[in-house]
Amino acid sequence: MADVLGLYNYWVVIVLMMTGFYIVVARDNLIKKIIGLSIFQTSVFLLFITVGKVEGGTAPILAEGFDVYSNPLPGVLILTAIVVGVATTAVALGLVVRINEEYGTIEEGEIHVQDVEA
Amino acid sequence: MKRQSIPRVAAKLLIPYILLYAFYVQWHGDYGPGGGFQAGVIFAAGVILYAIVFDLRACQRALSPRIIHLLMPLGLLLYIGVGVAAMLKGGTFLNYSVLEHDPVHGQHLGILLVELGVGTTVAGVMISIFYSFGETVRS
Amino acid sequence: MATAVRIARLRGLFSAAIVAGIYSLLGACWMSVLDQPDVAFTEASVGAGISTVLILVTLSLTTSEEKEPEHTPLLPLIVILITGAVLVYGTIDMPRLGDPDNQVHRHVAPRYINESPHEVEVPNLVTAVLASYRGYDTLGETAVIFTAGIGVLILLGGARRRRWVAGEDRE
Repeated sequence: MADVLGLYNYWVVIVLMMTGFYIVVARDNLIKKIIGLSIFQTSVFLLFITVGKVEGGTAPILAEGFDVYSNPLPGVLILTAIVVGVATTAVALGLVVRINEEYGTIEEGEIHVQDVEA
Repeated sequence: MKRQSIPRVAAKLLIPYILLYAFYVQWHGDYGPGGGFQAGVIFAAGVILYAIVFDLRACQRALSPRIIHLLMPLGLLLYIGVGVAAMLKGGTFLNYSVLEHDPVHGQHLGILLVELGVGTTVAGVMISIFYSFGETVRS
Repeated sequence: MATAVRIARLRGLFSAAIVAGIYSLLGACWMSVLDQPDVAFTEASVGAGISTVLILVTLSLTTSEEKEPEHTPLLPLIVILITGAVLVYGTIDMPRLGDPDNQVHRHVAPRYINESPHEVEVPNLVTAVLASYRGYDTLGETAVIFTAGIGVLILLGGARRRRWVAGEDRE
């Protein structure tokens, strides 16, 4: 049982992932969808970071008196991923602004109706 | 927000420290947590705070959009320039060890310049994005 | 987790944006507990700062309330329950939290931790790996950020837009 409990970090990440996924799939409002994508992204980052931890280790900065370091590699990957993520979110939000100007709405159902009519 | 004095006073107190902290994080990336990405974002956050509390026009008079648009490719060119300089000195692309007489010093110099390039581009991109959104709100 | 579920149920989009910022901040706290201060730093400033500001600006340009969903969310709920169950089944083989014999800690990571004091002499291992050992990747990612900035400038700027706003270009 203690073995399985060691996996709780993955389950938390999965719950967060599924919540983000649900927002993207089940909500019509475009901005809500983008927020859902952002939640999904952050949960994936957390997944990578939890894999890198070493029990009893410390932050991966060399210092006197510390022997065991947590793995720096996942941190490197996630660092750039975070900034790239916000840049793509900014592009997505720019698209939403343009869509709002063209269609007058940001609800997916109404946009679909306007596309079908045109 | 010109009438509301509390945000104005708080922003005036905080913004210099935010910008100074951004520079600290940029240059001390080797010795503590930090580096180019964090420094660029913190710098942009300070500028965006200024643009929100005082008018966007005042911010654009201080930091003209032309200069910010120029900063974006400058950082990337600096990064590539370091790589090309390494090639010119006889090593492979982005091999910092050949930049100086001593490989370790070369690494330090290379990392410093590269992080500066990254920080400049990230700050430029974040501020440009905010300017674009802000100008759309105005029109 | 509670903040994420709250966002799904909120109708008011301004509140959703702020709660999303809180979610990012809590995520950053968890990351710093997991020994990655660099990443926690970046996630806090980017997720709780820039991202929230941009969403709020977009909201001020569009609506601020979400409409009622027209169809019941039964199918998405079933989909995510099945996906979640499959993922949980997949995690049974994964290594435990904090296990030092993790596969991730083999091969490359010990080499970086042991060799970088001699080769690079930079105390911050994350910066050493990011800027020196994996510098080529960082170049590519800087290019991606640059491209995203150009993308936003194209979408939301330029003289054509000012003419459009004045009503000349409207089709």
